[in-house]
Amino acid sequence: MSSKKMFIVSHAPFWHNRSNIPERCYGMIWAAMPAVALGIVQYGLPAAGVVFLAVGTAILAEWLMNRLTKRTATITDGNAALLGLLFAMLIPATTPWWVVMVGTLLTVVIGLHVFGGMGANPFHPVAVSMMMLTVSWPAFMDFNAALVNYELSFNAVFPLSLSKNLGTAAVAGFTPLDLLLGQQTGGIGSTFGLGLIGGGLYLMAKRYIRWEISLSFLAGIYMTALVFHMAAPDQYAGPLFHLLTGYTLVGAFFLLPDNASSPVNPIPMLIYGAGAGFLAMLIRNIGSYHDGVLLAVLLMNLVNPLLDKIRPKALGKVA
Amino acid sequence: MMKLLQSQSGASVFQYPLLPQSPLPAQAIDSIGKATLLIDQMIEKKSEVDLSEGDTVQTGQRLAPFQDSAAYAISSVTGKISAIYPYPGDFGKNFTALDIEVAADDMAAPIENLEPTLESLRTYLVNAPGKPPLALLGDPNRPIHTIVVSGVDTDLLVGTHQYAIRTEIDAITKGIEVLKAAAGAEKVAIAVPRDLISGFGHTGADELKAVPPDYPWAQPKLVLYHAFGVEVPAKKTCEDMGYAFFSAESVAAIGKTYLSGHVPVDKIVTLIDKSGQVKVVTARLGTPVGKILQAAGIQTSDRDRLILGGPMTGTALYDEKQVVRADTDAVMVQDAADVSLVSDYSCINCGECVRACPTRIQVNMLVRFLEAGQYEDGAELYDLYSCVDCGLCSYVCVARIPIYQYISLAKYELARVSAVAEASDEQ
Repeated sequence: MSSKKMFIVSHAPFWHNRSNIPERCYGMIWAAMPAVALGIVQYGLPAAGVVFLAVGTAILAEWLMNRLTKRTATITDGNAALLGLLFAMLIPATTPWWVVMVGTLLTVVIGLHVFGGMGANPFHPVAVSMMMLTVSWPAFMDFNAALVNYELSFNAVFPLSLSKNLGTAAVAGFTPLDLLLGQQTGGIGSTFGLGLIGGGLYLMAKRYIRWEISLSFLAGIYMTALVFHMAAPDQYAGPLFHLLTGYTLVGAFFLLPDNASSPVNPIPMLIYGAGAGFLAMLIRNIGSYHDGVLLAVLLMNLVNPLLDKIRPKALGKVA
Repeated sequence: MMKLLQSQSGASVFQYPLLPQSPLPAQAIDSIGKATLLIDQMIEKKSEVDLSEGDTVQTGQRLAPFQDSAAYAISSVTGKISAIYPYPGDFGKNFTALDIEVAADDMAAPIENLEPTLESLRTYLVNAPGKPPLALLGDPNRPIHTIVVSGVDTDLLVGTHQYAIRTEIDAITKGIEVLKAAAGAEKVAIAVPRDLISGFGHTGADELKAVPPDYPWAQPKLVLYHAFGVEVPAKKTCEDMGYAFFSAESVAAIGKTYLSGHVPVDKIVTLIDKSGQVKVVTARLGTPVGKILQAAGIQTSDRDRLILGGPMTGTALYDEKQVVRADTDAVMVQDAADVSLVSDYSCINCGECVRACPTRIQVNMLVRFLEAGQYEDGAELYDLYSCVDCGLCSYVCVARIPIYQYISLAKYELARVSAVAEASDEQ
């Protein structure tokens, strides 16, 4: 009876559903792959260079921050790689190497680690760094200027700047099918509508993102764009155009549902998503930026803690 | 079993299994060699007790060795006391352990003066199989109006209460009669799995309640909520609301005592092996867990996990010498390969726990307070006391945070703090 066997002692429960963080991060990375692949096909090696540089810099930055904060190295869990990849998906293929590196460092260090690392970021790290770059170096973030030297088989003017400056008629050439198939300019991984939708469906099916947020955001975009379009059809493009251009889809499936900066209760999730859609369309149609998705993400991130106060009453809670 | 559960995520897939339609007679575990009895008071020096090593005891003999305390044990075997020593348990519960070398002849000691009164029950049955919560009864400040005889097991894969209610219905009928006479409760209700809800008409129970098969609806607070329509306020207990939960096995033990004149000493135990196969056995109270596993042909090896209780709420043991106690409903062995460990990630706010929680606690927020040791704030702001201890939050946690452990620790620490505060108030 006095065996030398050593049993593992821990607290209940002794079962786990086997979910884990790396699985989620790499799942997100896989989901982004179709959109990134089309970007690389369209813009060639420079796009691949941007992607690899961003991912590499992000992993390096994560490792440095792990060292600095004396924590376990978390570079293999895929979160840093995911952030680098998401950042690369939003920027033009011609972004200079130093802007890519600065942006990625801002993402990982300022967006994530100064707040305490994964799970503690109040804003989506990529939205933070993208807005910092947009304010600091607007020229590099302007798709029309950045992609001027590319020979593309489609209209190479950024659709959202066309619609903003010239009205609905100017974007009549962009059919929904073109937009779905990525026949538009934009960030490396943010133009291939079909790929992003496929990735989003995969993420929702795997429950890596919460469908309430993505779908209510798309509904918010659609409804707001519809109202604008009905009020002034010549001035404001239709809802389908807005669903398939700019950062709408990448925002819906990759930015807005970020775990740490979004709510978890059903009603707050719906308000959060729909609110972001509404704000994004306000900025697009009457604000000064061409695309409002990133700002809308940041603004809704800001109210997320308040939204999550709307919660069901716990069992036995005395009012 | 494990595979099926792993392939799906989320809470609603967990269902309590029913035992086979005609359960086989439980396998009896005999010839145990040595038994260890636990008395609910820790010994500090040997002179404190009237027993000494070398004394002989008989099965069913009442041992109350402390001069200044009523704590006692009923010997579950006949034999010679080989050791008396202090025995520290979990969460500050301490015992005195008596090792008994089992003799060849089993001699049963009779009970004297058995009446259907609370006093008689408390004299003999506090640590009877199933551990009837007799301390809840007879408190004028907290009257119990309904006794719930529970034929449902709170943890997954455990079939002990279900087995008792299906096989010992005569003893339970007698037990209900005794409890009604002794406790002064207005009503006795039986709670059973929804699919078994028939054939309890002659038991003398006033009500029959069906418990849905989804985990964790067999937790007492949730049974009250669903079957009785009573929502227990967060800081209150079922007893505060006038309901006392007795396991079917404990009521059967009461019934058997009054039917036979002997306190039962055999405990029903559900054994769960590495593949999730379930087997019901009976064993003497105080039998070392290792003996039971050996007799049932379940192998253990290094780095396995050995658990008293079920997979969601049990207690991990560090060795096989730990014994079967009055409330040990299950013994589970988990293969080293199936052991999942916690991580040192902090919460990533994915919300899986919030969706899994049967009592709608904002676990994601609660765990932030508990990780920082802010237990009062956690209780005040994020409903710590609504928790019914089901463990689903830890089960689904992507960051593999030991949430349930944080919750248990917080409740324990807060209980300690309030006990100290009450003690200083009295002075």
